[in-house]
Amino acid sequence: MKDFEYEAPVSLATAIEQIAAGNGSVKVLAGGTDLIDHIRTGRLTPSLVVDVKKIPELNVLEINSDGLRLGASVSCASVYGNEDICRDYSALSDSCHIIGGIQIQNRASVGGNLCNSGPAADSIPSLIALDATCVIAGPQGTREIAAEDFCTAPGKNVLESGELLVELVMPARPAKSGSHYLRFIPRNEMDIAVVGVGASVMLDETGETIQSARIGIGAAAPTPLFAKEASELLTGLPANEESFAKAAAAAQEIVTPIDDMRGTVEFRTHVTGVLTKRALHVAVERARKS
Amino acid sequence: MATAESDKTGLSSKGKYKVIGTRPIRPDGVDKVTGRARYGADIRLSGMLHGAILRSPYAHARIKSIDTSKAEQLEGVYAVITHKDFPDASDKIAELGEGSVNLKHLSSNVLADDKVLYKGHAVAAVAAETTHLAYEALDLIEVEYEPLTPVLDVRKAMQDDAPILHENQRMEDMSPDATTSDKPTNIYKKFFFEQGDPDAAFEKAHIVVEREFTTATVHQGYIEPHAATAVWSAEGKVTLYTCTQGTFTVRQQVAELLGLPLSYVKVIPTEIGGGFGGKIRVYIDPVAVALARKSGRPVKVVMDRASVFEATGPTPGSWIRMKLGVDAQGKIVAGDTEIAFESGAYPVSPIGAGCMCVFSCYDIPDGRIIGYDVCVNKPHSAAYRAPGSTQVAFATESVVDEICEKLGMDPIEFRLKNASVEGTRRVDGVAYPRIGLVETIEAIRDSEHYQTPLAGPNRGRGVASGYWMNAGLKSSVTATVNGDGKVSLVEGSTDIGGSRASIAMQFAETLGIPMEDVVPAVVDTDSVGYTDVTGGSRVTYATGWAAYEAALDVQRQLCDRAAEFWEVDSSEVTYDKEDAAVKGPDGKSFGFVELAEKVTQASEPVVGRGVSNHNEPGGAFGTHAVDVEVDPETGKVKILRYTAAQDVGTAIHPSYVEGQVQGGVVQGIGWALNEEYFYDEAGVMRNASYLDYRVPTCYDLPMIDPILVEVPNPGHPYGVRGVGEVPIAPPPAAIANAIYQAVGVRMRHLPMSPPHVLHEILKKEG
Repeated sequence: MKDFEYEAPVSLATAIEQIAAGNGSVKVLAGGTDLIDHIRTGRLTPSLVVDVKKIPELNVLEINSDGLRLGASVSCASVYGNEDICRDYSALSDSCHIIGGIQIQNRASVGGNLCNSGPAADSIPSLIALDATCVIAGPQGTREIAAEDFCTAPGKNVLESGELLVELVMPARPAKSGSHYLRFIPRNEMDIAVVGVGASVMLDETGETIQSARIGIGAAAPTPLFAKEASELLTGLPANEESFAKAAAAAQEIVTPIDDMRGTVEFRTHVTGVLTKRALHVAVERARKS
Repeated sequence: MATAESDKTGLSSKGKYKVIGTRPIRPDGVDKVTGRARYGADIRLSGMLHGAILRSPYAHARIKSIDTSKAEQLEGVYAVITHKDFPDASDKIAELGEGSVNLKHLSSNVLADDKVLYKGHAVAAVAAETTHLAYEALDLIEVEYEPLTPVLDVRKAMQDDAPILHENQRMEDMSPDATTSDKPTNIYKKFFFEQGDPDAAFEKAHIVVEREFTTATVHQGYIEPHAATAVWSAEGKVTLYTCTQGTFTVRQQVAELLGLPLSYVKVIPTEIGGGFGGKIRVYIDPVAVALARKSGRPVKVVMDRASVFEATGPTPGSWIRMKLGVDAQGKIVAGDTEIAFESGAYPVSPIGAGCMCVFSCYDIPDGRIIGYDVCVNKPHSAAYRAPGSTQVAFATESVVDEICEKLGMDPIEFRLKNASVEGTRRVDGVAYPRIGLVETIEAIRDSEHYQTPLAGPNRGRGVASGYWMNAGLKSSVTATVNGDGKVSLVEGSTDIGGSRASIAMQFAETLGIPMEDVVPAVVDTDSVGYTDVTGGSRVTYATGWAAYEAALDVQRQLCDRAAEFWEVDSSEVTYDKEDAAVKGPDGKSFGFVELAEKVTQASEPVVGRGVSNHNEPGGAFGTHAVDVEVDPETGKVKILRYTAAQDVGTAIHPSYVEGQVQGGVVQGIGWALNEEYFYDEAGVMRNASYLDYRVPTCYDLPMIDPILVEVPNPGHPYGVRGVGEVPIAPPPAAIANAIYQAVGVRMRHLPMSPPHVLHEILKKEG
């Protein structure tokens, strides 16, 4: 580990100034559960670390008829500690429940999980399924981008030099909607997704027909994916296993996984289909109860 | 725990002893659960520097040059060393108790000589004011490598055109048709054992099954990384604090590698956070000693987790061909196997033990065992809990299960028909003394687990047996009787699995005093007689025996002192352990405490000594049953229930015996399901952390139910058998057999991780 400077600004403007001045050799710290480990092992050698936990805009947690606003440094524990999120955005609380253990969840943030941009990040398929928009601030002002367009490669994303993720905005959830995230891990705890799938559905009044659906897939490509075709083909189909199987088959078409120490191409492709079916099944059950 | 099962055999130690078989609190327990116990990395000496080690980025390369000048000039750096700082080592073999090592290889492994042979191979080391400074200095060391092609798989390494690790290595061939060749080879040794005429016997067999198996390299996975701190005296003696399974073994290796007189090296053991065979050979100890000598300051070296994986001693990956033949009644008539172990960067691996274990559970009149010890570009393999036995049990017990299926015979019935018993001669020539394999099979058969039918889809039950020979070797103990009637028991066996308790209990039993009145201390190499490693499941057997001898010595001395007090001949005085008293003529009697006090005030001190060097440790057998549920869509295996029956000889402290059985089973489950060294083509281990090297967590395991079967070892005063190692051997085979029952696929590769299991399921489904 090399020595570095540390700043903890209390305003968004100061943070952007400091990050921009850092000239690329700066790293943003929210929960730090990924960053500190990377610095310790020498994978990252920043000259400046900017702690963003003291900035009000990054600590927003608001849920109302417009939807959900989630500040980028809000912890996973705060997410699943919010009953409204657990009810209406359950895929996101599912994700937050399985990122690390309880100590990690008390520190780690959804924003940080997104900005770390790992292909296997557990929160990103849920953000995609819940149609999240990323609000980014920088020296040139503020811009917005869809969650599925945020990551560009393993560990890489759209943030330009000097830019900072401020919050994640998700639309309101109508009646008869439900969502779920699940992942496959070889063990039952303390593990990283070999494949992860987040799904959200909106049903008609009878609860029998799918009006719309969104499926996000993790760990099966260089970046988390929005399974567009698999999602859209479900519109108007009955909410049953046969429809889920169709979506699963379409989801399997878009993945481009690799062989590595966590799984094989064959395994990840097959399990993408399995988890898509299982995620949709639970999302529909939840929608019917909502 | 189901210890009641053992009572049915009529062989239980229960009721026979006062102390043995009870469950007192272990003497080291409170310090360990309150965090006060001092482990390797806890040592802090004044003026201490911190060491760091530069490691090879290549799996196979020639070192063309090393330039340390820039690192030496960095302020705060006090010493930089390379292989040149060690004297030339000879080709001498050092016996380490559980395994041996060629000192030239050991020296090159500690700091690479002309070649690096695996990714992570140590190349140079630095001592500096702080750890961060030491790591910064490593970046300033310039090493010029000539990269060579690595070979990572045992079968590829055996081929004629394989890249060669050691140009001067020639195969030692023990087979009867051996020919000598002057061709360099990665095969260090070919073992050969034969009994009867297996080829003729296979001709007559009713069913023959022949299969190939592979297993991945796995690590012991001890929680505590290696840590060593060295400090020199002005007169040229060195003291080394280290977490090790054997202080005397460390002393020997350090003295040999640095060319020091044995007695100038004092090794002080810290507590040890697991070893399982991996903390016997030295890695960083000689480095700390050499850095401390060069810098003139105390130096501490602590390994990080990635280095522990990449550069200590995992257990070999293997390839095994297994062929068994049976007659129409289900009696094994012949066995034939070839076993190739990856010894890693240097010979030797535990292949010899693998050959001894492969047919150990069965009476095989005609058999052949061929074993190969093969170098590959991975870290030098080391002992791991019943070294070599788990790999071979996976092959043997899987083929046995297939034969049972073809015969339509229950696996318990098959094992009872074929089990080794007293007098059975193994293919490698050993004839068994009284052993308890049959009793473990019967214990499983009669268990509530096996008697309860398993219901539900995708579920299956598997059975497997396993063996470990155990070790005896040397131990020393001294016992000082104190004026308060308690005893200070000084021993040299570092305590990994509760041995302070099991040794003190045998001592207390022999004198008839409470275990709580024995105060054990694990001391340094200057303070107790020679003691071999805590390994080979030998400590409760051998150091326990030394404690028994020390207690007998105390008995004799107390009798002599009482005779003096009573002014009678000592032949008229006896020690009565039932009453813990010395008794003389005319009803004369001293209680133990009373006499201890009197002796302290008015006589020579009573100091008992005991040594042991017995080699009848009594082999240990276990038979396990496991229920699994397989997710047919993902290949994930859930362990529903696990019962392990084991012949433990005499369970000195049943709780710690049960703990050993449970711990061994859990490591076996990890090996079976997910643990593996995952290498890329360049020979880089891609999962050198506990995130991706998946040992089971408590969420992945049911309670492991041990059944302690007690068939006393005739070769020990209290019937002790080693218990720690054999429980790791059966789990992979038992789980493979259960997976077959659950989803109909035969797994012949370890680990049986979800991608592998799913692959077989998809293949079967077409």
